[in-house]
Amino acid sequence: MIVFEQVSKRYPGGHEALSEVSFELRHGELVVLSGHSGAGKSTLLKMIPVLERPTSGRVLINNQDVSHLPRAGIPYLRRSLGLMLQDNRLLYDRNVFDNIVLPLVIGGMAPKDAARRVHAALERVGLGGRDQEMPIGLSGGEQQRVAIARAIVKRPSILIADEPTAHLDAAYAHEIAELFQSFKSVGVTVIVCTHDPALFAETRPRRLVLRQGHLIEGAE
Amino acid sequence: MMGAWSYQHRKAIAHALGRLLHQPLGTLLSALVVGIALALPAGGFVLVDNVASLARGVTGSPEISLYLSLDATDADVTEVESRLRKQDNLSGVQFVSRDVALKQLADNGLADVLDGLERNPLPHAFIVTPRQEDPALFEQLHQTFAAWPKVDHVQLDAAWVQRMHSLLSLVELGVSLLAVLLGAALVIITFNTIRLQILTQRAEIDVTRLLGATDAFIRRPFYWLGCLQGLLGGLVAWTIVTASISLLRGSVESLAQAYGAVFALNGPNPTQVTGLLVVAIALGWLGTALSVRRHLRESE
Repeated sequence: MIVFEQVSKRYPGGHEALSEVSFELRHGELVVLSGHSGAGKSTLLKMIPVLERPTSGRVLINNQDVSHLPRAGIPYLRRSLGLMLQDNRLLYDRNVFDNIVLPLVIGGMAPKDAARRVHAALERVGLGGRDQEMPIGLSGGEQQRVAIARAIVKRPSILIADEPTAHLDAAYAHEIAELFQSFKSVGVTVIVCTHDPALFAETRPRRLVLRQGHLIEGAE
Repeated sequence: MMGAWSYQHRKAIAHALGRLLHQPLGTLLSALVVGIALALPAGGFVLVDNVASLARGVTGSPEISLYLSLDATDADVTEVESRLRKQDNLSGVQFVSRDVALKQLADNGLADVLDGLERNPLPHAFIVTPRQEDPALFEQLHQTFAAWPKVDHVQLDAAWVQRMHSLLSLVELGVSLLAVLLGAALVIITFNTIRLQILTQRAEIDVTRLLGATDAFIRRPFYWLGCLQGLLGGLVAWTIVTASISLLRGSVESLAQAYGAVFALNGPNPTQVTGLLVVAIALGWLGTALSVRRHLRESE
C-alpha cells in the first residue's frame, strides 16, 4: 500500500534528511515512527502527501509513484489521505463543525451528507454535540480530537499523524492512542510519528526507527 | 454534483461577505476610493452624453445646400435632382427655384432692394438632409456634390455641428483616457487588497491546500471578494454621479432658461448604470486574477 524505495532527501545547503530509506506498509497496518529530533521523521511523513519530494528514490501509494506526481494531481492524492501534521492546524475563526466539514466541502460532497459525516466523526472522537463550539474554547486534548475528526471525516484508507499527542498529558495521550488503534481495527493504515516510547506500548505495533536519516529498525 | 458546486460558491460568497463585514471601515474606505475613481470617468461620459443631446436639440436636422450655376437650365436641374434621388444616405431633397428664392427674399423685407435689380441674381438651389449626423458623411457628400456639373457651390448649413462633434469626440477621448488610467488604479487597488487578504489568510490557505484543495477552490473566495469590492465601488460611483447631477440640474436649467432654451440635465440611464457596474465588477475580477496568480504561488 505504501512503499518507500531507496528514498533520499537532501535539502539545499547539503543537509541530508533521509538516506536511502526503504520499507513497505501493508493495508490496515498501524506503524509507529520514532527517532530523535532531526532524525527525518517529519520529512518522511511529508513525502506521502507530496509536501516534500525525494531527491532520489520512489514513494508509491497504492502502486502509484507519487514522487513524480504532477502538481495538478497532488490535491486529489491528498483527498485520499487523512493528515494530522505537527500542530493541529485548526482554523480558529470557524466553529468545530466548519473545521471538520472542510475536507468534505473541498471534495464537493453534498451538504446534507457532509453534515451527517461530521456528526458521525464527532461521535467517533467523543465530541458529539460540540459541533457549534469554537476551537479556542476547547481543551488541548479536545482540539486534537477535532483535528483527528477532520482527518477521518472523509474515511481515508491511510491516516498520517505527526506527534498527535505532543503537549498532551498521559491520560489524553492514551485516549488518542486508543482511537488510532480503533482505526486500524477497521482497516485503516495508520502511521503515527511520536517521541513517546510508551505510546502504543500495550499493543506492540510495528516500529520504524530513524537515526540521522537512516532507517535503523523496522524495514522488514 | 451541481448542488455541491453551488454550495461551494455559496460558501465562497458567504466567506467573502464575512471578510468585508469583518472590517467595515476598511471595506467602506476601499469602496469610496474605487467609487471616486470610477465616478470621474462615469460622470464625464454622462456629461458628454448630455452635451451631445443638447447639440442635437439645438441644431435640429443639419442640412446641405447645393447652389447651381446661374446658367443652369431646367435640364441641368432635372439631372442634379435625379442624381440626388439616387443617393441612399439622404432623407430629404427639397428644390428651391431661383424665382421662389427671390420671392422669399422679397417677403423678408428686401422687396425694395430687389426691385432695383435688372434680373434675378439668385441661383437654383437644392436643400438636402443627410440620414445621419455623421461628420464624415457630411464631408463625403460635400465632396461628391461639389464635383457634379453645374453645381457651383456646396454649403454645410450646420458646419458648426461638425466642429461640435469634433470637440465632443476630443472630450470623449480625454474621458476615455481618464477611464483607462483610473481603471488601472482600480485594478491596482484590488490587487493590493487581495494581496493583503492572502497574507492574512495564509494559515487557512495552507490548511485547505493540505486537505486537498485545488487552486480553483482556494482562489474562489478571493475572486468573489474582488468582484464584490468592485460592485460596491460601482454602486458608490453611481451614487456620486447621480447626486452630482441632481445638485447641478437646477443651476443648469436656470442657465439654459436665461438663454431662452429648455434643457434638462439627465442622470445615467439604466444601460449606463449597468455598464458602470459590469465594468466595476470586471476590473475587480481582473485585479484579483493578477493578485492570486502571483501571490498564491508565492505562498506555496
